[in-house]
Amino acid sequence: MTDLTSMTIAEAKAGLAKKSFTSLELTDAHLAAIEAARVLNAFILETPDQARDMARAVDAKIAKGEGGPLAGIPLGIKDLFATKDVRTTACSKILGNFVPPYESTVTSQLWRDGAVMLGKLNNDEFAMGSSNETSCFGPVVNPWRREGSNTTLVPGGSSGGSASAVAALLCMGATATDTGGSIRQPAAFTATVGVKPTYGRCSRWGIVAFASSLDQAGPIARTTRDAAILMRSMAGHDPKDTTSVDRAVPDYEAAIGKSVKGMKIGIPKEYRLDGMPAEIEKLWSEGAAWLKAAGAELVDVSLPHTKYALPAYYIVAPAEASSNLARYDGVRYGLRVPGRSIGELYENTRAEGFGDEVRRRVMIGTYVLSAGYYDAYYLRAQKVRTLIKKDFEDCFAKGISAILTPATPSAAFGVGEKGGADPVEMYLNDIFTVTVNMAGLPGIAVPAGTDAQGLPLGLQLIGRPFDEETLFSLGEVVEQAAGRFTPQRWW
Amino acid sequence: MSVDAATVRRIAQLARIAVTEAEVPHLQGELNAMLAFVEQLSEVNVDGVEPMTSVTPMEMKKRTDVVNDGEIPDDIVRNAPETQNHFFLVPKVVE
Repeated sequence: MTDLTSMTIAEAKAGLAKKSFTSLELTDAHLAAIEAARVLNAFILETPDQARDMARAVDAKIAKGEGGPLAGIPLGIKDLFATKDVRTTACSKILGNFVPPYESTVTSQLWRDGAVMLGKLNNDEFAMGSSNETSCFGPVVNPWRREGSNTTLVPGGSSGGSASAVAALLCMGATATDTGGSIRQPAAFTATVGVKPTYGRCSRWGIVAFASSLDQAGPIARTTRDAAILMRSMAGHDPKDTTSVDRAVPDYEAAIGKSVKGMKIGIPKEYRLDGMPAEIEKLWSEGAAWLKAAGAELVDVSLPHTKYALPAYYIVAPAEASSNLARYDGVRYGLRVPGRSIGELYENTRAEGFGDEVRRRVMIGTYVLSAGYYDAYYLRAQKVRTLIKKDFEDCFAKGISAILTPATPSAAFGVGEKGGADPVEMYLNDIFTVTVNMAGLPGIAVPAGTDAQGLPLGLQLIGRPFDEETLFSLGEVVEQAAGRFTPQRWW
Repeated sequence: MSVDAATVRRIAQLARIAVTEAEVPHLQGELNAMLAFVEQLSEVNVDGVEPMTSVTPMEMKKRTDVVNDGEIPDDIVRNAPETQNHFFLVPKVVE
């Protein structure tokens, strides 16, 4: 059955159409792979009965020639997406055994198009983290290891379960969310493709909110083409999300293989950091050379406010989080820890229910929004955000089609290695990805090579608003040149 | 700017998170590390810059002011820790 799990979505679609196998067989193969890989802790809830029911139903539809664009494809769902009658926790103790009576818009569109749900995937608590170590279900293990080493590595975060499961062939693709890099950084750490769409491209309805002006859902898959296939089903207007954009969804897959000849690709000098590992520098030059060889023109550009994106993010995101997470009070759903008064009930519930990272961010968010500090912190950060966005607008106004950068400042690191003494050490992981969220732009991370220890490294392409298609075309060029990277199975 | 122990206790109270005395010094250190990190924003010239209110230029969508959902009290209270007749139960607020 190994063959059934190592296919791409595009290959599986072709196989299902030719009746080489059924969705039930494909689903069973993945359920077996999940069972055999529990050591990775990628899935926090397996839903085999539901998966088989969905697969049987879609097989019947395929037999009648009624299958949708994702008919029969088994997927994993990040636990941030509300799934009707299936426990959804955002990997926080405070949601406890929350079972939504509704389905998120993005997942409902995947089921509409025939996809099969295998289960729920681990993530950092409320998507706050860059290593998947803050989950109340424990850390996710990266299927990749350093050459000749048994050290357990993180898969990145917050969509660590999604990235690990896709890389380890446990599901053909996964949903993920990205607030500061939570799709692209784990994709880079696991040699998978991750897409953070333009803000407003995918509905946020039914996704547990972290920072509403930054959150976007997107896919993680094994190839650029597979990510494009998933994007088409995930994107689209939703009246239930007022920030969702009413704009036709293009056939993203059609962008795969399109010529990039004549495109101007920006190389931003501010992303060349002091002390950046030589391997990252080399990877970046190689990526640029591949795009050039495909006919693109490289242009040096400047994004002067880049270094301020991460500090501004650590004001805006916690501020919005402190407001969004006010709803967890032990009254309407989730955990309740009793108290003598209602105030004590709130305080006890939130002390017990939130993990350290979430508590830290809620507190800093509360502080920067509090009387006397709002102007100095929050308002200033929102002004800096305007400047960050303007940097990109100026760049695109000069005819730049997309910007090429490294995806992360390093390869995957060990569990417990970072952020123990100073939380900022962990935050620096998102230094190349966070600008994209601050400006609401689309970004894609594509596997591009390995470091000296054999660990995957990724490149990021940043696009114009709603021009995900150009990113898919360019991502495909990188993928074709770099080849694909698969971890050695040890589990 | 940095926070002292009293401010940490005040923030915890505003955020409705119980914090023990023993946790205060540790939290103070972490919050100050974050504040030191964001301090670099003070060197940016933001004179005359509009604060961002919407990252994508779009007009606020409006809908007709009518009831378009409801009559699902069972669903609403289904996940609540304590309920009675479709009401959420909390400790007594008014004596």
